[in-house]
Amino acid sequence: MIGLTHYLGVAAALFVIGIFGIFLNRKNVIVILMSIELMLLAVNINFVAFSAYLHDLVGQVFTMFVLTVAAAEAAIGLAILVCFFRNRGTIDVEDVNVMKG
Amino acid sequence: MISADFSAILPEVVLVIYAMAALIGAVYTGKDELTGTLTWATVAVFVGIAAWIGLSAPGDVMAFGGMFNDDAFARFAKVTVLLGAAAVLAMSQDYMARRGLGRFEFPILIAFAVVGMMIMVSAGDLMSLYMGLELQSLSLYVVASLRRDSVKSTEAGLKYFVLGALSSGLLLYGASLTYGFTGTTLFDGIIETIRGGHVSIGLLFGLVFMITGLAFKVSAVPFHMWTPDVYEGSPTPVTAFFATAPKVAAMALFARLLHDAFGAAVSDWSQVVGLIAVLSMFLGAIAAIGQRNIKRLMAYSSITHMGFALLGLAAGTQAGVQAMLIYMAIYVAMNVGTFAFILSMERDGQPVTDIDALNLYSKQAPIRALAMMVLLFSLAGVPPMLGFFAKWGVLMAAVNAGMVWLAVAGAVASVISAFYYLRIVYFMYFGTETDALDGRIVPAQMVLLAASALLMVVGIVNLFGIEGAAAAAAEVLVR
Repeated sequence: MIGLTHYLGVAAALFVIGIFGIFLNRKNVIVILMSIELMLLAVNINFVAFSAYLHDLVGQVFTMFVLTVAAAEAAIGLAILVCFFRNRGTIDVEDVNVMKG
Repeated sequence: MISADFSAILPEVVLVIYAMAALIGAVYTGKDELTGTLTWATVAVFVGIAAWIGLSAPGDVMAFGGMFNDDAFARFAKVTVLLGAAAVLAMSQDYMARRGLGRFEFPILIAFAVVGMMIMVSAGDLMSLYMGLELQSLSLYVVASLRRDSVKSTEAGLKYFVLGALSSGLLLYGASLTYGFTGTTLFDGIIETIRGGHVSIGLLFGLVFMITGLAFKVSAVPFHMWTPDVYEGSPTPVTAFFATAPKVAAMALFARLLHDAFGAAVSDWSQVVGLIAVLSMFLGAIAAIGQRNIKRLMAYSSITHMGFALLGLAAGTQAGVQAMLIYMAIYVAMNVGTFAFILSMERDGQPVTDIDALNLYSKQAPIRALAMMVLLFSLAGVPPMLGFFAKWGVLMAAVNAGMVWLAVAGAVASVISAFYYLRIVYFMYFGTETDALDGRIVPAQMVLLAASALLMVVGIVNLFGIEGAAAAAAEVLVR
């Protein structure tokens, strides 16, 4: 029987993969955008699982908001990335280094 | 019922309708030719709404089933945010126009960001918290990369976006755990659940994740890495905006979440917040010493100041919240003046950000140098200036809450940070001869610089009555 903990486990695993994708990735900024999506989807799994477990609709409403905002966020991220590519000619993570910090 | 709800949220509705109308109007007519008009119109709208919110006193209203609070705390934060944003817009118009950045989107994006901040500080539910935060953040990502033909500006936007999105993800994960372990997203419901039983381990995880996400937004150590780069890379008016309004909104949101939702579990978060506060104060103070670029220096300075404001929150008392609010109001007033000065730093018509350029500045422009000196003393927290009373307030709150060591650490960090502020004063008055800066300053910048400096001296008489407003604001939050 698959219960709440299984869903939470999957969500936690996806979330951690997303965080590691951001920090360990040395190749490409697109991969970072994908990692961010992965984190948000992990959160959605959490919300829906809790919502079903608690018999409460609020979690699913929240998920709808998160999905919408994630789409807007991806659009803005890609727009900034396109501007960056025009100036720099590359989207390698190692080349995002004009300012040190 | 529904009309009462809408009357509580009316200022936000008016502002968002204004912003959308301005956007559509500008797209269909003059586009960038309208930038000047739009900027001043937006300033007028901000000031008007600030006066409307500040002067009306409808009492504490909870709208939309508790999702939106219109109380003294929210009103205090909203007035600070609106006035800070208006001041930054007013002083940046000339800079933007002369650098070919006079795009009509800038004042509109600022207006949307301000709507987001107003919703953030009024949030009474994890959902409205998230939506307000994202409306603010998404607008800020775009303005950070406003100079889209510059590598630095787009890189700043990209870094801000990636780390901002990461912090939103952490905050959301915390929100999902909080929802799961309390069964509600309403702050009132969360605090009831905590009062009813002990804080479960899952809820504690949720709390920690949410604190982490918000620490990113207020640029507290160890989540501060984006701040210097974003401050340096963004156009200077955008930097000035980042250093003022969003910081107030994020601090207010922090206070609201910790007290409204987790106020019954003060002992669970006060030590975490205290640790973040001490680390921020010290890292900001020490790392700024090596900085020669005044924008990076202000970034580290803002990290230190956020540490002090968090110290007030760490106290977990009503006096702490009051001290934090006063601190943020004074911080905004100081930063507006300082950035008005930084915006006027030019040589041969090109902006200069190197602090060496200020050598013997007092000989060129004695009044401006004097005003900047007052502001720097105030930022450092030297006694006769208002900045000292801001620091005094949070330190006293920490001492009264039994956190003597935190207060001592704060005093030490304050002394360290005085070094790099006073070094600029030293350059201005006793430095070596260098090429002079241009003498040009636009009236809006001069007025804001002088007013801000004057405020730091005259304000010590009675703090302009913000003490009472802050006390009332803290009272509704900490029950």
